Amino acid sequence: MGMNRDMIGHVYPPSQPYLVTAEKISAFVKALGDTNPAYADGTVAPPTFSIVVTMNAMDTAFHDPELQLDYSRLVHSDQKFEYIRPIRVGDELTVSASVEEIKPLGTNEIATFKTDVFSGDELVVTGWSKIVVRGPEA
Amino acid sequence: MTLKISDISVGMDLPALDLTFTRADLVAYALASGDLNPIHQDEAFAKSVGLPDVIAHGMLTMGRAIQVVTNWVGDPTAVIDYSVRMTRPVVVPDTAEGSVVSFTGKVAQINDDGTVQVELGAVFGDLKVLGLAKATVRLAQ
Repeated sequence: MGMNRDMIGHVYPPSQPYLVTAEKISAFVKALGDTNPAYADGTVAPPTFSIVVTMNAMDTAFHDPELQLDYSRLVHSDQKFEYIRPIRVGDELTVSASVEEIKPLGTNEIATFKTDVFSGDELVVTGWSKIVVRGPEA
Repeated sequence: MTLKISDISVGMDLPALDLTFTRADLVAYALASGDLNPIHQDEAFAKSVGLPDVIAHGMLTMGRAIQVVTNWVGDPTAVIDYSVRMTRPVVVPDTAEGSVVSFTGKVAQINDDGTVQVELGAVFGDLKVLGLAKATVRLAQ
């Protein structure tokens, strides 16, 4: 049952570049309801902005037939970011996603995906997303 | 005004923040983030998968909780790491009042390198919606 353990350590090809614009930052800030004046000119992105690109990159992994992940039973349980520098307007972001861990948790399975976010050759933030794939109902 | 490390001590509470989640907020966050999962939009769909109603994106809750820290520090780029566990969903009814989540923060540790660890709380009704929530910030000396 469950996810393919052979995929632990697998690194997916880099995602297509995503250009960070002031409009994208402003829409994200507004959706968060964040009124911090530091965002007023749309030059610097909030700490969780990178999820826009990492979630998209992980979506490719989630739907990889080799991984054998039941997407309909997936829940995002944990998220962590380590920042090297803030994301700024003009960054062209690409994501390198990899499968860090797959293990059982009771009747569920948990998997951790590591996402390195680059602007050009420069690593700007690393994310870790833990997901739970719920097992069959008892 | 910039918050300095000399201004703070372990155990200090950060200014708390009560934030309202409405259906309109979920639509805006879906569009801005690209997360168009119908459990965040469509009541009938949400109920069909066993949820009580539409729920907020966990990443919206995460993105709001850090505002306790970034409002306190002033400069959001002072955050050097941030992590949460999404323990329970924020259920969002189709009402003008929406749902209110109370966000709190406390100085947990001042590290030797001058960085500061903050523990965060997020409570909806009397349930914790985030667990193990913490962030590290680098303050001016």
